[in-house]
Amino acid sequence: MNHDFEPQIIAFCCKYCAYAAADLAGSMRLNYPSNIKIIQVPCTGRVDIIHLLRAIEDGADGVYVAGCMEGDCHFVCGNIKTRKKVEYVKKTLSELGIEPERVEMFNLSSAMGPRFAEIANQMGERIRNLGPSPLNIKQAA
Amino acid sequence: MNDIKSGSNLEKVLKSGNFAFTGECGPPKGANVDHLKENLAFLKGNVDAVNITDNQTAVVRMSSWAASAIAVQEGVEPNFQMVCRDRNRLAMMSDVLGAYAMGIRNMLCLSGDHQIFGNHPEAKNVYDIDSMQLINLVKTMRDEEQFLNGEPIDGSPKMFIGAASNPFADPFEFRVYRLAKKINAGADFIQTQCIYNMDKFRQFMKMAVDMGLCEKCYILAGVTPLKSVGMAQYMAKQVPGMDVPPELIERLRGAGKGKFAEEGIKIAIEQIEEFKQMEGVAGVHLMAIEWEHKVAEIAQRAGMLPRPDIS
Amino acid sequence: MIVADRKPLSEILDMITDRDKILIMGCKGCVTVCNVGGVKEVQILSSSLKIARKKEGRSLTVDQITIERQCDPEYIEQVKATINDYDAVISMACGVGPQFLSEAYPQQKFFPAVNTKFFGGATSHGIWEERCAGCGTCVIHYFDGLCPVARCSKSLMNGPCGGSSKGYCEISKEVPCIWDMIVKKKMEQGRLDDLLCFTPAKNWRTSRDGGPRKSVREELAI
Repeated sequence: MNHDFEPQIIAFCCKYCAYAAADLAGSMRLNYPSNIKIIQVPCTGRVDIIHLLRAIEDGADGVYVAGCMEGDCHFVCGNIKTRKKVEYVKKTLSELGIEPERVEMFNLSSAMGPRFAEIANQMGERIRNLGPSPLNIKQAA
Repeated sequence: MNDIKSGSNLEKVLKSGNFAFTGECGPPKGANVDHLKENLAFLKGNVDAVNITDNQTAVVRMSSWAASAIAVQEGVEPNFQMVCRDRNRLAMMSDVLGAYAMGIRNMLCLSGDHQIFGNHPEAKNVYDIDSMQLINLVKTMRDEEQFLNGEPIDGSPKMFIGAASNPFADPFEFRVYRLAKKINAGADFIQTQCIYNMDKFRQFMKMAVDMGLCEKCYILAGVTPLKSVGMAQYMAKQVPGMDVPPELIERLRGAGKGKFAEEGIKIAIEQIEEFKQMEGVAGVHLMAIEWEHKVAEIAQRAGMLPRPDIS
Repeated sequence: MIVADRKPLSEILDMITDRDKILIMGCKGCVTVCNVGGVKEVQILSSSLKIARKKEGRSLTVDQITIERQCDPEYIEQVKATINDYDAVISMACGVGPQFLSEAYPQQKFFPAVNTKFFGGATSHGIWEERCAGCGTCVIHYFDGLCPVARCSKSLMNGPCGGSSKGYCEISKEVPCIWDMIVKKKMEQGRLDDLLCFTPAKNWRTSRDGGPRKSVREELAI
């Protein structure tokens, strides 16, 4: 494990749950890695395959989508549809010889501030263990 | 139905009112015909004709007409099987002519198992015509003395035309109508799929008799003795269009270890006894798969011997 | 419509292994409708290929364009000015696209990114099924709108065969037996008699068996 490595992680967060949970985590003064870049989306259903791929293409070491609990989507099933898109991207990365774990889908509610911090820490830890994205290693070399 | 069409032994046995008994034999997986000849010897004299299968279950074997010609040489009357999977209408017609020239007088017209089951699943299938159209094609060649395009044939092949019927495939209600359709298309005789569900077959035969089909065509009931519980279970679960009732499997299991095969033969003999009495059934087609050496014993015990000698 | 599936990325990457500047061309026809070769899929393929190249430490320049139809010279004409600026072009249209493109621009190399499969439609979102075999002589009206040529594994005209079991084809428990459906529909409608008449051997000359086909409409031809 590379101790100097500070992963760049993109998190697509639904404004109805994960984004609100991030706010709550902030006001509860919970710690989570500062290198997670949060992008607010109106619903995780808005996140498309191309958004996740572009993040990887442009150098992100990890990407995740955080949406409402299954069954609680404000737009009925945006989170369920996007889970499938995440699976597609995982498959694409596998085909390209890149660890599929760099992409993930999480579900939580707006009341779960601590869970938000936990997910952020967990993803940060996972990517730190995986090391930099192979795209970044080659570029540095 | 009484005028002789081909003069084959099978036709003569049926037309003289005898209860027919046919066997089955698969061509070899190679050009070595020793085993084929051995199997034919087991069948000789114990059956009226022997079905020679055509790349059965879509596994490549010696061509059925060549193996049928060898049967003719060995003094065993073949029933040459032809499937629609591997030949287009040109190849079919030329093989019918060739087979007839080699002394083959009976034919069984089949759709054939899809090649996906076999040992060359990547093959392209043909299905230029279907089994119904094949029956009609052979009849046209025989009776109209014409090819499918209407051109005359110099020396038409006088085949005794057979077709298959599976009373256990779905939809059940339509099966007897499809049988009728095959008879109208030109089938002289029918060999059924292996029968295990006797209730369903009785029901099927009653419908066939009621529709008057048995006056237009000879129906031979298919029998395959079960060798083991495993075989029965495999047939029940894996073979499409096969109906093996659980009671039958239980009866086999009840016979106890080492006695399954004997029980299977007993069941087959009981079936044959019933078919002899059943209205509309003109004979039995015994498909003793890789059990050709048991045919004589089964024929003997079922009272099928000696076979009639009609010349 | 024509239904296709995208080829595996590894196969597409092999095609362009020694090319550094490519154009990916989508088509707004059938392949857009079956979500395999429209604007969105062109973007996804572009990004996927760039990720693969970046991983190898090699750059790849990818331009994208999705034209109205790749099976029409009028639209193919639109890329005339720039088509030879690329080391290769990947077409995401059905098999017609790369051929029309190759004919129009003989200097350029066109690779197919999709496997063209069948004529069909979406039975539900994300699922497409075959309905037509393009045999050139339509007979579906005889079978109450169910085509045995395309949908019976053996293209039987006088089915069902002995492999039909519980409504499914012998080849797989997931493939419905079209003849089971035909028989049941005829029975429901009291028209079983239709199936008792013999359907003679089909004339396959109008199908692919008659050689490559062509359709000439005199009133339109210039």
